[in-house]
Formats: sequence, structure tokens, C-alpha cells
Amino acid sequence: MPVDLELEAVLRPPQLPMSPYPPKVIVLANGKKMVIRQAVREDVPAILKSVHPCLFIERDYYDIVSARLYGELLAWYRYRVKSEYCLLGQVDGYLVGVVNGRLENEKVGMSYHTLAIDRGLRIGSHLFAAKMEYHMDYLGQEEVLIVAESPIGFRRWMIEYPLEMTTIPHELGGGDSYRLTRAIYLKAKPRLVVGDRPVPQNLLDEAEAEIKFADDDTIRERIAGLKGR
Amino acid sequence: MRDVAIIGAGMIPFGRRDEDSLMDMLAYASLKALDDAGLGDKSVDAVYVANMGAGILQHQTSIASSLVDRLSLLPAAADVVENGPASGGSAVKNGLLAVASGYYDLVLVVGGEKMREVTGWRATDFVATMTHPQAEYPYGITLPGMGGMFTRLYMEKYGVTREHLLAVSLKNQEMGALNPYAHVEMTLDREGIFDSPHAVVNNPLAADPLHLYDLCPVSDGAAALVLCPLELAKKMAKVPVLIAGFGQATDTHTLQEREDPTDLKAVTLAARQAFEMARLKPGDIDVAELHDAFTILEIAESEHVGFFKKGEGGKAAAAGKTRFGGQIPINVSGGLKARGHPVGATGVAQIVDIVFQLRHELPGNRQVKNARYGLTVNFGGFGNNVTAFVLKRVEP
Repeated sequence: MPVDLELEAVLRPPQLPMSPYPPKVIVLANGKKMVIRQAVREDVPAILKSVHPCLFIERDYYDIVSARLYGELLAWYRYRVKSEYCLLGQVDGYLVGVVNGRLENEKVGMSYHTLAIDRGLRIGSHLFAAKMEYHMDYLGQEEVLIVAESPIGFRRWMIEYPLEMTTIPHELGGGDSYRLTRAIYLKAKPRLVVGDRPVPQNLLDEAEAEIKFADDDTIRERIAGLKGR
Repeated sequence: MRDVAIIGAGMIPFGRRDEDSLMDMLAYASLKALDDAGLGDKSVDAVYVANMGAGILQHQTSIASSLVDRLSLLPAAADVVENGPASGGSAVKNGLLAVASGYYDLVLVVGGEKMREVTGWRATDFVATMTHPQAEYPYGITLPGMGGMFTRLYMEKYGVTREHLLAVSLKNQEMGALNPYAHVEMTLDREGIFDSPHAVVNNPLAADPLHLYDLCPVSDGAAALVLCPLELAKKMAKVPVLIAGFGQATDTHTLQEREDPTDLKAVTLAARQAFEMARLKPGDIDVAELHDAFTILEIAESEHVGFFKKGEGGKAAAAGKTRFGGQIPINVSGGLKARGHPVGATGVAQIVDIVFQLRHELPGNRQVKNARYGLTVNFGGFGNNVTAFVLKRVEP
């Protein structure tokens, strides 16, 4: 696709400096080890391949969440969003979950989406917690604005933390946004934020070597269930 | 009274079945049991439908009438049996008595529940409607809450530990992972849910001291049985399974009125009646399905039915005595813990699983070798209404 560099400089939003998210590893309930690491822009095409089959799953609002996530990642890939980041969850190299967000300014973060591609292992909870950990512990922010699009998200974020309701508009639109403050984060951290660092080199190498993704049917089955579950 | 046998058994995979209505699930399970029975052109005389919550969850009543029409079983007699989570056991009892009395020859018993139609909170609230409406429910009690308090008392009195509960959880998930009908076909790992500091998220407290993986899931599902006189069953193709013993007992509605809340008297009495009727002892049982809505209940029931002395059930579980291949395999299906707990279906599903065992139809990694006698315990309320069945393989 031809790019007008002069115009591109106008269209590309300025980026805030962002410290990297140091990878960590979590033992899941089934004993598998999930590496959570920060994606680089070049990872986006591979991530989108895993997100794509989710676009057509109505259950638990996967269609909305994955469609928006797809657009957000594409916007990041094509330099159309300010200060976005993406964290990946990988088990044996396979992508099992994605979270993303961005910085509104140095002090305020904007949480985007959490997509668990494998279910029943609290992968979404771990990834969302990693996202909050990134904003608070590594980007040094004071608050993160959050909305939920699914009842599961509402239960996991608004109730489990619990978050503080605000009238501040969230850029995703929808209902009132909620806020994770530093105080809320520090209180919730011992029971919701876990992970070991550094990640053993072999696990990290495996995760970074290739983002493996299951075929569409397997992804659909993991999310919606083979037997309609 | 006539001897009564089971000639047909069927179940649909439990789990979250968004695409199926309650009536769909009841019909699918019924058709599987009817096909399994090989009745051909014969129809059943009566249908008993076990269900706890259609009136609340689906805003639908008279579901037995609806089911017989759906299945073209008209003009069979049809009734709904509601007895909380013991509805399944009670419905089988009704079928048993109807055939034993000689009034009906062929009876279909089907249990089903569709609980995932509502959020987990509403499902928990629905189940809590079985608690006392003045003394318990208004104060916010839930069944997991009762389970937590019961566990704490049991730990204090009998020395049950989290290690014991963990043994039940790991065992039942391991077996559930092998069961194609199970809701949660996933093995758990001790490190992931117990040893690792990450377990605080993977396996959070649900109702102290019970954690997430000490609780059964909220499930959709249905299971069905066909009953007939033993003499007729002997002429059918499948190995008949005799309902050799049955028992049912009740206890106080509220837990605080019990002299000792850790004493599940209704379990003891129901099991004792079933053993006496069958002229068998706990030691004769080859395989059991106990109502493990919470891991502590499997341990407590294993003691109250007489498999182990009081205070020994937890140790027995930790020692592997209740595992597949152990002294008394309990919940080889995965139990409520892994198969799931669609409340109206559970009591029927337990018997379906034992029928599969006694007919020696299961794959080698789940089939208890040479199983001849099985026990089920279906636990209603918090032990205030319990049914127990002793089932016997009838050798061809």
C-alpha cells in the first residue's frame, strides 16, 4: 500500500515513552506454564490470526470483544493509536490470551480488552492483572479507566478488585467507566497479581520464537465448547 | 411387590448448553434411554420428570405434560417430581414404587435442569431457595456458604485437612477428564491449585475454607432411565440392573436445629435402609456415586454410608482408597465435581453411571473390574432429604 510520508507524519499520533513490561511465568490450574510477555508490533499479524475466529462467536460477547481488539491491534500495527501496548499469554508457544490498553497521558491509563482464547483456567484474570500491573508498577500510572462488555468481565474486574465507579467517559463508550486507583491496586495485588520473574530462558525462547496458534475449529471449541458448552 | 430393574439408561453431555432448551435436553436424554432399552414399538406407561427449577429459571411449569407430548408418549401418565437436588433420586423412587406395585410395567424417569440460562449469582440464589425461608435465606445463606461452615466444623471435629479435600478434587477431575459426559473435562494439577503461590488466583477461596475447585460447577444437563419388572427385563437384550435396595430419609430443615451439624443422619438412615433392603453391607459395594457438590461431602458421605469410620474418610481419600482401582472407587464418573450438577438431573445421572458400570460397558480406564454392586447417594438441601440406591448386576 503506498504511503505518503508527509501526510503520514500528521496522521500518526505522538507516542509517550513507555517502559517495557518484564515477562513473567504463571503456573495454571492444570499445571501448564503460561508466559506473559509484551508483544512487539511485528507480532500483530500472528495475533490477529488467533483473534479472527473469535469474531464469529456470540457466546459471552466474544464477537464484540474480539472485533474491537482486532481493530485496536490493527490501529497499533498501522500507527493510528497513541501509546498502545499489547501483552500476550502463551502456553507451549501457543497464544492463549491477549490483553491491550494504552496511555491516555503519563498518569492515566485506558484499558482496552481482555481476550482469553483458552478457557476455564483463569487466563483472562491473569492477563487482566498483568495489564494492571503494567500500568501501576512499570508505567507508574495513578489510575486506569476500565469498562466491561461482558458479564464475565464485570464480575472479574469491577467486582473482584473491586473497582471504583466514575462518570468519566471511557473511549470505548458504553456504560459508566470504572477506575483502578493505585490504592485499589495495592490492596488487590496480593490476591490477584501473581507470577515469577525472571522467566526461565527456555520458556521465554519458546514464546518469543513463534506465536503458535490453534486452527479455527480448535479455537472455537475452546471458547464455545465442542458439545455446545 | 415385584423386583424392579433398569433396562435403559441415557445421558447427554453436561455443561453449558446454550443452544438447547430444558425440554430439548429432557427429550434427548429420554430418547437415549428409550433407545437403550430397545422397547421397539412399546411405549411407556408413565413418565416421572425430576426438576427443581423450571418454574423459576425458565418460567415454565408442567414440564412432564410437555415432555410426553414432545416425545409422542401420549397418553402416558406424567408427573414432575421436585425435591431440590434430590429430585432425581425421588423421581427414580416414584418409578420404582409404581413398577414394584404392579400398577405400571414400563416407566421412564428423566431428570434435567438448565441452570446456565442465568448468571452464576442468580443460579446460586435459585439453589438457595431450598434453605429455610425465615431462618436462613433472609440472612444471605447460600449452599456454598453452608458447605464452608460444615467443612470448618468437620475439620475441627474430625481432623479433615485441605490435603484431604484436595485429594478428592484431583481424583474427581482426573476421572471427569475421561468422561465424555462430564462438564469439566480437565485434570487439575496439585502445584497449580495448591502448592504454588499462583494458586491464590487459580483456586481462590469460595466459601472459607472451601476453594473454587472444592465446588461443583453450575451445569445444564439431563439423564434418563427406563424401569420395568425384573422378569420382563430378563427378556431384553441388555444386562438388567436390579434396584436391589432403596432408602430415603429426612432431617431438620435448618442446620442449627441439629444436635450435631456434622452428623448427616439422613445419609446414614437412607443408606442403611437401602443396604437392608438389598441384604448387603457397605463392604459389598464395588463402586459408588456420592453427592460431592462440595469435596467435603464426598468425604462425609463415605463415612456416613459406612465405607469408613467417622474421621477416616479424609485420610482414606488422601491414601487413594477411593480412587479408581482403590478399595472402594467413589465417583469414577468425576462426580458432581467434574460431571457437573444440573440439580434435577444429578440423582438420575448417578444411577445412569452405575448402570454403565454394572453392565461393564465403560472403557478400561473407567470400568471397575467385575463390578456387581453399586451405591448412589443423592443429597437434597443440606442433608435434609436424602435418597440412596443399591444396584445389582443381574447376570445373564
